Amino acid sequence: MVSEKNTNQIMNKIRVNRWKDQLFKVWGVACTLIGLILLVVFIGDILIDGIMRIDWGFVTDLPSRKPEKAGVFTALMGSLWVLVLTTFIAFPTGVAAAIYLEEYAKKGRFSAILEINISNLAGVPSIIYGLLGLEIFVRILGLGASVLAGSLTLSLLILPIIIVATRESIKAVPKTIRDASYALGASKWQTIWNQILPAASGGILTGVILSLSRAVGETAPLIVVGALAYVPFAPGHPLDDFSVLPIQIFNWISRPQHGFIENAAAAIIILLLVTFMMNGVAVYYRNKWQKKWK
Amino acid sequence: MRKFKEGVIEKTLLTSALITVAVTIGIVSVLAFEAIRFFKEVSIIDFFTDTQWTPLFTDKHYGILPLLSGTFLTSAIAISVALPIGLSISIYLSEYAPKSFRKTVKPMLELLAAIPTVVYGFFALIVVTPFLQGIFPNLSGFNSLSAGLVMGVMIIPFISSISEDALHAVPKELREASYGMGATKLQTAFKVVVPAASSGIIVSIILAISRAIGETMIVAIAAGQQPRLTFDPTVPIETITSYIVQVSLGDVQHGSIEYRTIFAAGITLFTFTFILNTISYGIRKKYQSNYE
Amino acid sequence: MEIVATRNTIKTVENTTNMESEECQKPKISIKNVKVWYDDFQAIKGISMDIKPNAVTAFIGPSGCGKSTFLRLFNRMNDYVDGFSMEGKIKIDGSNIYKKKIHVEELRKEVGMVFQKPNPFPKSIFENVAYGLKIQGITDKKLLASRVEKALRQADLWEEVKNDLKKSALALSGGQQQRLCIARTLAVEPSIILMDEPTSALDPISTAKIEDLIFELKEKYTIIIVTHNMQQASRISDYTAFFYLGELVEYNKTNTIFTKPEKKHTENYITGRFG
Repeated sequence: MVSEKNTNQIMNKIRVNRWKDQLFKVWGVACTLIGLILLVVFIGDILIDGIMRIDWGFVTDLPSRKPEKAGVFTALMGSLWVLVLTTFIAFPTGVAAAIYLEEYAKKGRFSAILEINISNLAGVPSIIYGLLGLEIFVRILGLGASVLAGSLTLSLLILPIIIVATRESIKAVPKTIRDASYALGASKWQTIWNQILPAASGGILTGVILSLSRAVGETAPLIVVGALAYVPFAPGHPLDDFSVLPIQIFNWISRPQHGFIENAAAAIIILLLVTFMMNGVAVYYRNKWQKKWK
Repeated sequence: MRKFKEGVIEKTLLTSALITVAVTIGIVSVLAFEAIRFFKEVSIIDFFTDTQWTPLFTDKHYGILPLLSGTFLTSAIAISVALPIGLSISIYLSEYAPKSFRKTVKPMLELLAAIPTVVYGFFALIVVTPFLQGIFPNLSGFNSLSAGLVMGVMIIPFISSISEDALHAVPKELREASYGMGATKLQTAFKVVVPAASSGIIVSIILAISRAIGETMIVAIAAGQQPRLTFDPTVPIETITSYIVQVSLGDVQHGSIEYRTIFAAGITLFTFTFILNTISYGIRKKYQSNYE
Repeated sequence: MEIVATRNTIKTVENTTNMESEECQKPKISIKNVKVWYDDFQAIKGISMDIKPNAVTAFIGPSGCGKSTFLRLFNRMNDYVDGFSMEGKIKIDGSNIYKKKIHVEELRKEVGMVFQKPNPFPKSIFENVAYGLKIQGITDKKLLASRVEKALRQADLWEEVKNDLKKSALALSGGQQQRLCIARTLAVEPSIILMDEPTSALDPISTAKIEDLIFELKEKYTIIIVTHNMQQASRISDYTAFFYLGELVEYNKTNTIFTKPEKKHTENYITGRFG
């Protein structure tokens, strides 16, 4: 009798457990879909708000007090300047630092400190980099609120991301390639330059593009550095004043007239297009590169 | 000659690596330098106990508490959205979902983290707040609720992706042992897999918190610019980050006390994120050695 | 030496008589024309056989012959593998375990499994053994303690760990871990135990202990063991099945298989000429 009762209890328990299991499965699917649905809603809503506003004039017009006359030309050019300068500053520095850490630094206190330091920098809020840039580049080095000061600030911001990605890619290069090169009498640098870097290039490229896409979307550090919302001309020189797309968007969002909201949505479409394209290219390179080694 | 060239190259590379150390030293000294000068004029006790933050008014108060409460309120709302959803996604993707589904969905979710934050700010202010006002008519146009909710969506992938990696790294054998004794997937997930991956999950949560505390544009756009010591999510507030933005947008004289307030606020923010990052680094190191 | 030999002979004779009487018994597991696919690859190509109760049946064959896949059919462990599909019937105690209404959780309570590598949970020794009971909803502390002790005793581990029940299971040696995994399986009180190369990761001394244990356990349980080790199969099993490329080549009493196999292929494999 007792055992029969026990069996029944266990059977009930199994039924309840199965029921809970199925319930969680539904919940899990729902959570995953919520994330994706929100993504679609975000993009859909912004497209509805802004797509009608985009025409050639919107891209080539200068900023204006009147929403229907305003364009993103100066901001777009500012973003382009920032992108190019940041690439030239952050890419070589980040890759060089990563090569040092991966190939030269001896395991010990020094490299441990470097490692903790980089991991910490990656977690520093972007606005803090803005404060650093404001004091060092804008004031002490006297660059003013220039496109160069902004690019230097963003370079420091994305440096940890580039270093981490480059180190991962170098680590993934098979040891046999290194051995083969050394066995042929190549020096350390020759091996790195001719063998390891080409082999790791896909992964490095992915990391660099992803970090640059982050730089293009950054707003807060550039506001702190002093990038302006209203710049009448596109920068022609690294020391010129500048605005960037995200700041233009921020400025338009804060205006009360509805026309500017439409402008903001339209500018967001352009910004998202740039961001997603960069992400797409990065993912493409990552897949291509992973196939090569796995 | 070859040896000389190799030496020069090594030194150049070393210099690049040292730049990262210089950045940290730079951040700490810039913040400390301006903050010390700030604390020469404002008592540190007032800073931590005064319940008003009004440096830009004529009746000046320098109490950081209202900014802190604003920061924690928005972060808490964000985490309470992102934690259950992010964890559920990670468990679903690693324990239930077919491989192909996982492979497509994970990068799509990561796209949520790639969207510039100013875009999220737009969404919070223009879409979410009006929508919520339909449900709660008392909701102000600027409030921590919609800023927090949207920020929560933004940090979902931080939790779901890193936790999923940790869950995925749990050896298959442990799952099979549990299934083999008649456990359901749910029981196996919560009694075996999640505990085994706990350090990775904790790291993901800490990173998400750190990210929420430091997030700027969403709160600057949608949460308002009114520092007040409250935990009411329906009224305008101000966070540390949005205060820094507010001052930066205005015309504040370099070297003035108003200018220094942003560094005092900045060093407070930096301290919190530094502590969180250090904890997560420590856990990550310990966890790596456990698995290898 | 001679005395030992005689004893062994007597034992074998006894075993044989036992088996003959068992032969009239109903099979514990009966398998009818089972085929398994992973996507397009056919791993099992139509196997039928009966497994006898309270005996040790060994599955042997070269790697990739499907013996592990076949073993994992009996507790439906293949269900979670991507691309898995099957045909045919498997009955345990007369009921089809692949019919729609079956609860796999209940089936797995009945059919325990011990894996290739010891895989204790990263929990205490006690928690490991109590796990299966707890997921069934047993919370009574006294009952848990007594069932854990019983299982550890059955697995010959109690004396070694009785003072360390709260210690992490990961601190045990490999052999102890595997006996812990056996205890964990026994605690749920299954009637069948599947063992997938349970000693392949262990040293000879630990292996010997596990083999002794299997010998003791077969009084109460039906045991199926997959092994790569011919000597092990001949030492511990009553029946042996030889698999090759997804097919059952030969299945008979272990004695017969190892002394006068019917098929040339089997003979080549067990004498080590291939595989």
